[in-house]
Amino acid sequence: MSEHLTEIIVFTVLFAVVSGMGFVASRWRRAENLASLNEWGLGGRNFGSWVTWFLVGGDLYTAYTFVAVPALLFGAGAMGFFAVPYTVIVYPLVLLILVRLWSVSHVHGLVTPADFVRARFGSPTLALLVAITGIVATMPYIALQLVGIEAVLKTMGVSGDLPLIIAFAILAAYTYQSGLRAPALIAFVKDTLIYVVILVAIIYIPTQLGGWASIFGAAQAKFDATPAPNDGILLNANNQLQYVTLALGSALALFLYPHSVTGVLASRSRDVIKRNMAALPAYSLLLGLIALLGYMAIAAGITPIGRDVNTVVPQLFDRMFPDWFAGVAYAAVGIGALVPAAIMSIAAANLFTRNIYREYLRPDATDAQEASVSKLTSLVVKIGAVLFILLIDPQFSIDLQLIGGVIILQTLPSITLGLFSRWFHRAGLIAGWVAGMTAGILLLYNIANPAINHAHFGGSAFPLEKLGLDTKMTIYAGFLALLVNLVVAVLGTLIARAAKVADGPDATRPADYYADAGDPRVKDLEVSGST
Amino acid sequence: MDAPRSDRNPWYWLLTVPVVVPLIPALFNSAEPHLFGIPLFYWLQLLFIGLSVAVTLLVYWRTRA
Repeated sequence: MSEHLTEIIVFTVLFAVVSGMGFVASRWRRAENLASLNEWGLGGRNFGSWVTWFLVGGDLYTAYTFVAVPALLFGAGAMGFFAVPYTVIVYPLVLLILVRLWSVSHVHGLVTPADFVRARFGSPTLALLVAITGIVATMPYIALQLVGIEAVLKTMGVSGDLPLIIAFAILAAYTYQSGLRAPALIAFVKDTLIYVVILVAIIYIPTQLGGWASIFGAAQAKFDATPAPNDGILLNANNQLQYVTLALGSALALFLYPHSVTGVLASRSRDVIKRNMAALPAYSLLLGLIALLGYMAIAAGITPIGRDVNTVVPQLFDRMFPDWFAGVAYAAVGIGALVPAAIMSIAAANLFTRNIYREYLRPDATDAQEASVSKLTSLVVKIGAVLFILLIDPQFSIDLQLIGGVIILQTLPSITLGLFSRWFHRAGLIAGWVAGMTAGILLLYNIANPAINHAHFGGSAFPLEKLGLDTKMTIYAGFLALLVNLVVAVLGTLIARAAKVADGPDATRPADYYADAGDPRVKDLEVSGST
Repeated sequence: MDAPRSDRNPWYWLLTVPVVVPLIPALFNSAEPHLFGIPLFYWLQLLFIGLSVAVTLLVYWRTRA
């Protein structure tokens, strides 16, 4: 343990400074009071371009991403690089979707994606399904942030669960107190640290390993030596479809996650969102460079601690950097876990408050009651995430996160398509959701992974030969499930229309989808209408 | 009252370019040519980030309210 003393001290100091910022954040851009979801849960809906860039970037590119993506390249090679096309196509793909969501949410005071579904399709049931999907998909994601911290602690030789519990208790406390302002402020530090660490790593480490050519040569040699058919530094004929559908499916899913929506709705105007869609790819460049750390770990001869490949990047830092800088790098990963974990727990809590508590338990809840229910729920969510990690094999939370990505995609017809068209019938969307969920779980259940001894839930690459096709190609299970969902939603809508099943009312008007900052909100409209 | 606003602007169609191009493996699934010892597969996909930024910025300027 003593050989890591410098690292532990640097890590602890930086962690403590950032935690202090979290508590002070409640005074930043001080609101009259924090007792409403607009303030606690969305930071006053008034973040400008810079804050939004740090906040959303810190939210989407999580500590787990920074540890797991290079681990993927370390283990499987080119396939792991899907994270780059994924995060390149996502912004042009969602630009129009997000500005419309922002506008309609601005006009109607919506806080969650399920709020939108409720307003658009007039169906509390559909909104409940969307909310539950969001909460279930987010929980293991929060747990995974702990996996990131755990990988760093393991490398520093810190064992036991106590440090992890302390870190999360601190996180829970300042999120409770400051709401979304805390991760927004901390994101500045987190992202700055990560940019510095990665730029240094990407320039310095290759010089120590004999240059890029020898790094890729070492990776090539490793994959040539393994019996696995689908690894290598390039794609092969059988995994290209998986690569493309995984990138596209992940991109379509990203902004369905409640925490991504939270970051977007907290921004000030449509222009802020558009500017960010052009600026956020800076993080994708960072992610692409981080991914290559996986090959550097191969070239440096790193072996995982135990069987946990997530430890290869922290170990690479330990091997290559002086102790104090390794400490900074670990702090970057550790703090990197706090920002998304905070936003995710806020988003999950908002879903519970708005779409379960207010809808079913307390329809006349005041703003202050909503805020206090959300604050308490955010604590419950974090305790749940800690229990997850402590009681269950971390591998299991990785599996669950995989399932999370597949199931969150099943809300696409209601949210994404709903933003552009009111064609679908609520009954069709509910049927599609049920079909997509069932298909997704069934597909994942039937994916084996001998490498980690899983007969089921072994990954997201579904072999098409299991559908009777004569091919070795694989496809992203979530993508297939989404297709099932869409087909059933269309058929269900046609049947519901033919059978004249009552459809829900649409509370939104076409002009709501173009509204911008300064335009009247619904409450303002009601007031001006009555005078 | 302003002129009726709309998201129907042809410039938005340009956004399909950076969505489609990175999803065509035939463009980048090759080791040659190398750049600074990095295979094409890696450096070209990183270069697509620049494409995405350029197109998104252009669309942003052309669709400003």
